[in-house]
Amino acid sequence: MAAPPLKYKPNPKAPRQALPLLDAQVRARTAEEVALGFTPEQVSVEAQRCLQCAKPTCVEACPLHIDIKRFIARLAENEFQAAHDVISEQSPFPGVCGRVCQHELFCEDACIVGRKWDPVAIGSLERFAADHARLRMQELATSYPKPTGPKVALVGSGPASLIAAYDLIRWNYQVTIFEALHKLGGVLAYGIPNFRLPREILREEIARLQNMGVEFVVDFIAGKTASLAELMEEGYQAIFIGTGAGLPHMMGIPGENLVGVYTANEFLTRINLMEAFKFPDAPTPVRVGKRTIVVGGGNSAMDAARWANRMGSETTILYRRGRVELKARLEEIEHAEEEGIKFEFLAAPVALYGDENGYVKEIECIRMELGEPDESGRRAPVPIESSRHRIAVDTVVAAIGQAPNPTLQKVTPQLITRRGRILIDEHGETSMAHVYAGGDVVRGGSTVILAMKDGRAAAQAIHNALSGTPEVQ
Amino acid sequence: MNRVLAKRELAPLVTLLEVEAPRIQRRWKAGQFIIIRPLETSERIPLTIVDSNAERQSITMVIQAIGKTTKEAVSLEPEALMCDLVGPLGEPATMSKGKNVVCMAGGVGVAELLPVAKAFHQAGNRVTALCGARSENYRILDAELKEAVDELHWATDDGSFGFHGNVVQLLNSLAGPDTFQEGHVIGPIPMMKAAAEATRGWGLKLHASLNPVMIDGTGMCGGCRVTVGHEVKFACVDGPEFDAHLVDFDELTRRNRAYREMEQESLNHKCRVGLDIH
Ligand SMILES: Cc1cc2nc3c(=O)[nH]c(=O)nc-3n(C[C@H](O)[C@H](O)[C@H](O)COP(=O)(O)OP(=O)(O)OC[C@H]3O[C@@H](n4cnc5c(N)ncnc54)[C@H](O)[C@@H]3O)c2cc1C
Ligand SMILES: Cc1cc2nc3c(=O)[nH]c(=O)nc-3n(C[C@H](O)[C@H](O)[C@H](O)COP(=O)(O)OP(=O)(O)OC[C@H]3O[C@@H](n4cnc5c(N)ncnc54)[C@H](O)[C@@H]3O)c2cc1C
Ligand code: SF4
Ligand code: SF4
Ligand code: FES
Repeated sequence: MAAPPLKYKPNPKAPRQALPLLDAQVRARTAEEVALGFTPEQVSVEAQRCLQCAKPTCVEACPLHIDIKRFIARLAENEFQAAHDVISEQSPFPGVCGRVCQHELFCEDACIVGRKWDPVAIGSLERFAADHARLRMQELATSYPKPTGPKVALVGSGPASLIAAYDLIRWNYQVTIFEALHKLGGVLAYGIPNFRLPREILREEIARLQNMGVEFVVDFIAGKTASLAELMEEGYQAIFIGTGAGLPHMMGIPGENLVGVYTANEFLTRINLMEAFKFPDAPTPVRVGKRTIVVGGGNSAMDAARWANRMGSETTILYRRGRVELKARLEEIEHAEEEGIKFEFLAAPVALYGDENGYVKEIECIRMELGEPDESGRRAPVPIESSRHRIAVDTVVAAIGQAPNPTLQKVTPQLITRRGRILIDEHGETSMAHVYAGGDVVRGGSTVILAMKDGRAAAQAIHNALSGTPEVQ
Repeated sequence: MNRVLAKRELAPLVTLLEVEAPRIQRRWKAGQFIIIRPLETSERIPLTIVDSNAERQSITMVIQAIGKTTKEAVSLEPEALMCDLVGPLGEPATMSKGKNVVCMAGGVGVAELLPVAKAFHQAGNRVTALCGARSENYRILDAELKEAVDELHWATDDGSFGFHGNVVQLLNSLAGPDTFQEGHVIGPIPMMKAAAEATRGWGLKLHASLNPVMIDGTGMCGGCRVTVGHEVKFACVDGPEFDAHLVDFDELTRRNRAYREMEQESLNHKCRVGLDIH
């Protein structure tokens, strides 16, 4: 079927629209969202930069295969709700993905316009469509038939399970998500800060699944509250494990257990999940002193540093490699810099010292130089022994990576793992029949969109395996 | 959400709550704990599972109201819904059989000890329980313990009941290096530390059930870390029980004090805006 003629002439030469941001001075003191989102005028310019390619490479590159070309065309025509509907064919999470997806590595990297000019700002357009639909709240009004197919259990409520739930319920499966914590969303809820992903966006996109009939059970730890075998006995015909990589690595240096030394997970969980930034209006406290040092160079390090800074602490990120090696998204690094966070590159902590009450007060660091490339292809930092020096500090956050959550694996020896990661075959199936896995628990630390890609693949595999199954009442 | 079935005051500020929790009731073992959030606005706090009832599909917890969240918990009346309850968490207590076992506890720890003492007894050990309280009217679960163990001794700080002194002094008055082969201790940190010190060099394997500050209870945050034999452990998943002779109790004391002023501020804060519950 030939596409209808365009009602406008694409203009890729127009400058890529910059996402309006809250002023750096202002945002360094609030939990308000940093990125404000496009105005309708900007949407019009940006959407018309899209060439509406005959072979849209962007769609192929999006791990969810969102029909980017078509939703952008709707935006260009000011058909905002229709744009949202197009996205919904593949994803109910445009508000989340439009904010935290690494679009620079996926859809935007593949955009044809990007070969000559800046690529179309697909992520920000996706976000606009989401925010527009959200204000209209249409989706929540729709009522869905109750699913009647086989029961499927999804363990963990991170992005991997959430997208799997969306696919499975649309194929009429009875889907239950089991979550260990009291709130839903996985890292989206406890790791990524409010100022990057406002909680009402997450809540509403999850509520959409609820409204479609997905059942959510919080306070349920698979392997503890019930075993996988028990879930099977309760009639779940397939299980997806999306338990993520939440086990924090420790620095392994003296003084690590001093008061005021946190893992990024604890620091972020206190602030994001338990809302310690509102303390004492929220009951869970966090200790953020005058000077904070965050160790690491990934997303967790940026997020922890930006929170510490917002809570009034003079904040420095200590990273053992150089700026180009930082693993966080460039956008986040730039935002951190604008907000006044300092960076110390080629430096690593070697010891922490406390006062007489056991509160951390000094961090001893060592400078590094870059040596030969290591197995990751990056030049490995080598310490310069003579460079040891101490810095005064009140709060230290170790953001040096995570390993898969081990709870379920520990009590399920039938699940074959390698270094904690659950091994899967090409269909996403684990060493246990009808048990699938994906996202960070398989990949180690990864990204939201790759976790979703895995969740979608597993949903398809589950559907293939169960579609011969007679319907249950 | 979990329904409160019964509530009973055992001693001043110490309250027993029986709460519906079918899955946990079926699976829990002595030494394990749960994490609760009494109200939508509460913190997450860990509590030991003290008992269960298969018929009512319930578990029992005993709570000492010392701060904001424990006060919120004991304010729940029968039929009220507890906002969150997750578990069973942690590893079950270590059990052996055919041994002379001493079980020591102080304060609300006496309640936490009950399931462990019972389990030791059922596993075929000879169990002596040494329990401490401030004074006679602070003794809890006396009848239940008596039934569960071979010998029960009380120590009170003021001498109003049983031995005059603390549990470790009671231990020293009753036992020596070879009396017991295995032991379990639970209670305030100074008491656990003293018990470890008193029995160092005895032929006694002593397990201590630790109570660090926790958040998730699933091994995700590392907030509950303790040092045991120079190694960092996460008490919520590796414990809560560890070899008492290897635990760094001084570090645990310091870490548990980390939020003391802030917890006080939190308690007072709500009082001021009139939301305090008693
Ligand atoms: C601070 C931080 C910032 C990040 N920022 C970005 C970003 O900007 N962009 C991006 O693309 N990626 C980012 N990432 C990475 C991204 O969040 C993860 O790759 C992604 O969330 C993984 O999804 P998942 O579904 O595999 O698991 P998770 O999101 O980790 O969710 C797993 C869930 O399973 C639950 N669970 C664990 N064990 C059990 C059990 N036994 N029973 C029941 N439930 C269980 C956990 O409580 C958790 O809620 C960030 C990560 C962190 C930590
Ligand atoms: C595995 C485990 C099992 C537990 N079982 C029980 C139980 O069965 N019954 C029971 O009453 N309590 C138990 N506790 C202790 C209980 O969790 C704390 O009393 C509770 O977290 C205090 O919360 P709060 O908000 O009421 O008081 P807060 O306002 O947080 O604290 C008040 C005071 O208590 C101190 N404190 C804080 N946390 C702890 C802690 N974890 N242990 C000791 N002192 C602390 C603070 O420093 C402060 O001085 C257990 C703790 C753990 C880790
Ligand atoms: S989900 Fe990610 S890759 Fe796909 S269109 Fe949205 S921003 Fe691009
Ligand atoms: S590749 Fe770029 S220009 Fe082509 S359809 Fe996709 S967004 Fe539009
Ligand atoms: S409470 Fe978070 S790891 Fe133990």
